[in-house]
Formats: sequence, structure tokens, C-alpha cells
Amino acid sequence: MTESTMKPPKKALTPVKWMREHLFSTWYNALLTVVVGYLVVTSVGPILNWALFDANFLGADASDCSGAGACWLFIDQRLNFFIYGFYPDELQWRVDLMFLLLAVAFVPQFIERFPARKWFGIFGMTGLPVIGYFLIPGGLFGLEEVESTKWGGLMLTLILAYIGILASLPIGVLLALGRRSEMPIIRGLSVVFIEVWRAVPLITVLFMASVMLPLFLPDGMNFEKLMRALIGITLWQSAYMAEVIRGGLQAIPRGQYEAADALGLGYWRKMGLVVLPQALKLVIPGIVNTFISLFKDTTLVLIIGLFDVLGTVQSTVTDPAWQNVAVEGYVFVAFCFWVFCFGISRYSQNLERKLDTGHKT
Amino acid sequence: MKKQTIDSKPAGPKPWYDPRVRSLFFQVVAIAAVFWAGWTLVENTLSNMESRGISTGFGFLEETAGFGIIMSLVPYDATMSYGRTFWVGLTNTLLVSAMGIIAATLLGFIIGVARLSSNWLVAKVSLFYIEVIRNIPLLLQIFFWYFAVLGALPSPRQSIEMGGTMFLNNRGLYVPEPLTQDGFGLVWGAVLAAIAAVVGIRIWAKRRQLATGQIFPTFKVGVAILVLVPLLAYFVAGSPLEWDVPALKGFNFGGGITIIPELAALWLALSLYTASFIAEIVRSGILSVSKGQTEASKALGLPNGLTLRLVVIPQAMRVIIPPLTSQYLNLAKNSSLATAIGYPDLVAVFMGTTLNQTGQAVEVVAITMAVYLTISLSISLFMNIYNRAVAIKER
Repeated sequence: MTESTMKPPKKALTPVKWMREHLFSTWYNALLTVVVGYLVVTSVGPILNWALFDANFLGADASDCSGAGACWLFIDQRLNFFIYGFYPDELQWRVDLMFLLLAVAFVPQFIERFPARKWFGIFGMTGLPVIGYFLIPGGLFGLEEVESTKWGGLMLTLILAYIGILASLPIGVLLALGRRSEMPIIRGLSVVFIEVWRAVPLITVLFMASVMLPLFLPDGMNFEKLMRALIGITLWQSAYMAEVIRGGLQAIPRGQYEAADALGLGYWRKMGLVVLPQALKLVIPGIVNTFISLFKDTTLVLIIGLFDVLGTVQSTVTDPAWQNVAVEGYVFVAFCFWVFCFGISRYSQNLERKLDTGHKT
Repeated sequence: MKKQTIDSKPAGPKPWYDPRVRSLFFQVVAIAAVFWAGWTLVENTLSNMESRGISTGFGFLEETAGFGIIMSLVPYDATMSYGRTFWVGLTNTLLVSAMGIIAATLLGFIIGVARLSSNWLVAKVSLFYIEVIRNIPLLLQIFFWYFAVLGALPSPRQSIEMGGTMFLNNRGLYVPEPLTQDGFGLVWGAVLAAIAAVVGIRIWAKRRQLATGQIFPTFKVGVAILVLVPLLAYFVAGSPLEWDVPALKGFNFGGGITIIPELAALWLALSLYTASFIAEIVRSGILSVSKGQTEASKALGLPNGLTLRLVVIPQAMRVIIPPLTSQYLNLAKNSSLATAIGYPDLVAVFMGTTLNQTGQAVEVVAITMAVYLTISLSISLFMNIYNRAVAIKER
């Protein structure tokens, strides 16, 4: 390294200097620091006391809770319900197996140097849903059948989110291509579909799926409630997905299309081999963000009477056997969602940084 | 086998290789598919409705609703029609959306700027807020405020008192209601006159600045006029305003304005949740303005306030407006979660109770979706007009 490219020596920062620079640089910064610091200190203490020092972790029922702090043993006692819903106890290994496979498929994606991690991801997108399709409902291969009305808790949340994202991705791609198509009628239909679904709240879509879908279908053809909710979520989500992917398609320079034309590729090979791979790579962060919002939105199914993880907690906090455990229940659900969403958003930011080709200044 | 034609034009592409023929074919297929699907749906729906004895048409809007609603901005009681319940639900939805948009924008801008503060503590606290709030489902936050926080408030008799005029208990927040007396018209007149005067001063100041280069303190003078003129008119007219202070009557409070806990919980959750997204949008907008712009305006000798107002904010707004529009749309749509805690918004009143009572699923759902479509399109139209006003004008 030559003299001129060397970085300037790091300033030795003593705590006092650091504080003067970052906390008390001007009189109003000092004032802000004091006010905000006071607020933080006065709120962190009681919260820690409630959540840790005065909290009850061990015991069998409500009488073991002192009431001074959080009653975490409530969560411990009901954990089974929060994770599996009404899924029969002796068959829960099937769900556990799916959790394990999910982890096997996606944990490697977070580890930079994991060998062949791409294949684990591809397994997660293809093999995993197939295994789940046979394993969770059962009924085949000598597996005992479990009706979808018995599914619930965290497991149902994950099923809704997983199928929702997996099904809305291809539909979204088709809609995005339709919206950029040169055929006016195809384009018009795609625009109307996307804009209408995006303009209505998910709740009305779910209401429609649960109230109106039976009216639309011919006699004798009926889906169960979970299936109807999934159809609604997928259609709604695919409109959002389409807009994300359209952004990627618009970012591909004209020259790429023209080059594919010049090679004599037809429409589908032009899109499939040249344009879409680049476009999808560009919008991975957007797709991940859509996934996060879908994941949070799955909680809405409790309004049409499905017991997702929030639904199971909500139905338990009103249980007379436990008094005033609402906050504990909500904190538990919040923590579940937070871990997933924060983890995924960090992963997406990481990906964005890695895929950034450096055009931005 | 095809017969050989005598006139031998150079063999053009087969018709199914011709892009125009192909595109025509695909479009005809698409139209046919849509019509077929639509026709099947309508037919199925009609036969299903007939077999279940559901009538069609919008006549039900005239019938008496017969159910009570805990909060309505327009006069309503149970003897009124289903059409009226629609208006009650719609106004309640618009109210909470407007309140949420205002609060979320203010809070979002504050947190977004705080996130960029040079003060380490302030920046970290805002980061913490953003990362916690936006990764937790909105419905859970609504439940938290409604059941865990507001539900734990004391009963009316043990109300939390604020200055003897505001009361907070598990039935809601009670605040004094202003009652205008005779002569208040003068104050309204003064407000209008003040606004007109400020607009006039602004035009004059701009013209003067263009002519002479002198800057007139429009903002300070404007605020002074807007505050002082109506205040003066208020005292000239003899203080024509009384407050209806809520008071404990029997088991509950009477008088004043009541903010029911459902509205408060929904408003809090919507504003706090959306603010965390707006904060990130504001941050990215401010960061998008390159440092050179600030330096250049400093070099021109502009003071800090003007640099912010004339150089940084206008450029940041261009980046902020489009995603901000989406957040407003999301907030308006998310207000439909009201139904989970029983705030009587459009979905709860109309798509819930009215639909259940009348069974007119198709009409009710169609009206509700049309309303949300209209709200969404209006917000984007309004924001697009604003966006065009702030966009880069290139020639």
C-alpha cells in the first residue's frame, strides 16, 4: 500500500470525547439527550422488572403467578396450542418434521459459505410443498387424516404464508408480463385485475372468499374454509407481486429485448431466458418485502374464524382460568412475528447489498 | 392434402407464425375466457341465490335496519334504513382514515428526521421504534391497544382526571365540546379575511422580491395575522364560545365529546404502525439529496432554515411522495381491521351486520369494494396532482 492510499489514522476516542461528539455537541443536542435519556431510563427499568425480575416462569396453573410481573408460565402451559392448534397430540411429529425440513431448506440461505445452498433453497420451493401436501393433511400412505379445521397456531400461519407466496409468484409474473404486453386487450385485463385487487382491503377479500365464493361455484362444488381463504390471499397477493415484478421488467434496458429479438428468440424464450432472470434478480428485495407483509397479513384470517397463531392466543387470553394474561400473550405473538420478519428483512438488506452492481453513487 | 396454387407468391410466413395473427388469436381467446368465466359466475350465482331464496337488487337499502351502532357522525338510530347504515359506516371509515393519515404523517416525519439526528441516543431510539413496530402485525397492535391497554383502564367512577375537564376510563376519553353562541359568525369571517390577507401578502412579497430582491418575512407576519385577527374578532364579539364539560351522571359521563375506546385503539395502532414506514420513507428521501446541494446553498450564503426549505425539502419530497401515497392507501385500507374490535367502520357495519341481516351478499360486497376503490383512486389522484407539482420540471 502506498503512502497516498492509506487511510487517515483512527482518532483515539475516549468515552468522554465520544459522548461530547455524539450526545452533547450542541446545547439542544444536550437537552435532547437528557430528556430522551430520562424517558428511556424510566421506562426500561419497569419493563425489565415486569418481564424478568418479577416474572413467574415455573408452575402449573394461574395460582403460581404472583401478579407482580409477567406470567410467562401461561405461555409455557399453552405453547402446544399456540404452535399446533387442534392438531392431534400423537400426530404432531408430522408438523415437527415439516418445521425441521423448513429449517433445513432455509437456514443455509443465511450462511454465506454453505455448500450447495442453492439446492437447499430449490428444495424448499419444490420438494417441501409436495412433502407437506401429503404429510400435514394425511389420508394417504397409511397416514391418519387430519381435517384442516384442526390445523391452527403457528403452523397454520406458516402454511398460509408459504402457500400464499409460492402460488402468487407465478401468477404475479404472468400478470406483470400481461401488463407490459403489446396486446391491448391482454394489457387491459391485467391492469384491471391488478388495480382492483390492490385497491380493496384484504379483509373484504377474505369476507368475499368466505361469504360469496360458495355463491359463485356450481352446486355441489365446495371448498373448505381454509382453501377459500388461501384462494383469496393468493389472488390479492399476486396483484402486489405483479407490481413488484413490473418494476423489475421496466428496469431492463431495451437493448436486452432487442438482442433477444435479434437472436430470433420467440416471446416465451425471450422472457424466460433473457429478461425475467435479470428482472427477478433486480427485485428480490421487493419480493421479500411483499413476503414479509403477506406474513403479517395472515393474522387477518382470524376474522373469518381460522385459528392462526394470533387467533389461538386471542381465544386463550379470555379464558377465565387465567386472569390478565393478555399482555403476555400479545408479547409472545409479537416476538414470534418479530423474529421472522426482522430476520427476513435483514436477509433482504444483505442480499440487496450483495446484488448491488454499483451503479448507484 | 392442400392443392398447389398456380399463382406462386413468395411463400410468406404461415399465418400462425405471423405475430399479428397470433396476437389477435390470443386476445380473442382471452376475451372468450373472461366472458365465459363471467357468464358462468353470474349463472351459478343467480341459480344459487334462487335456490336459497335470496332476492336481488338494491331495494334492501330502503328497509329499516333495526340495529344500534355505538358511534355515528351522522344522526342515526335503529329505525333508520340500511342505506343510512352505509353512510354511518362510510363516515366512520373516513374519520379514522383522516385522523390516522394526519397523525402518522406528523409522527413519521419526526421519527424519520430523528433517525438521522447527529445525537446518537435519539437516532438509536428511533431506529428501535422503527424496527420493532413495523415487524409486528397491525392486527396484533390493535388488539394490544384495545384489550391490553384501554381495556385495563379504570371504570367511569375511578376515571383518570385531566385538569377537571378531560376524563379517561374504560368507556373512552371524554373531552369538552365547544358550543358556538350567537356572534361566532364574526370569528369565522375574521378567519376568512385573515387567510385572504395572508395570500395577498404572499403575492405582494414575491413580486417585491422579484423587483427589488428584498425578502419580506412572509411566514412570521402570516402566522401573526392568522392568530391575532380571529382572536381580536373573538373578543370584539364578546367571547361567543362555551364549553360543554363532561360530568359524571349516574354510572356514566354525559356531555362533551366522547372518543370511544374502539376509535382510540384503532387510531393509535394505525398511526403508530404507519408512522414507522413513513419514517423510513422520509429518511430515504432526505438521504437522497446529495451533500453537494447543501454545500452549494451554504456557499451561496443561504442560512440554514432557507437551505432546508428551498433546497433540501423540495428535492427530498420528489423521492418521498410516491411511496408516501402507497402508505396513505395502506392506512385507509387497513382501517377495515376495525371490524376485529368492533369499531363501526364500513366493513363492520355494512359488510358485517347489514350483510348478515339482509343476506344480500353480492350487492353489499359490490358496494363496499366500490367504495374502497373510490377512496384508493381519490387518494392516488390527489397525491399524483401534488407529485406533478413537485416533480422535476425538465425542458
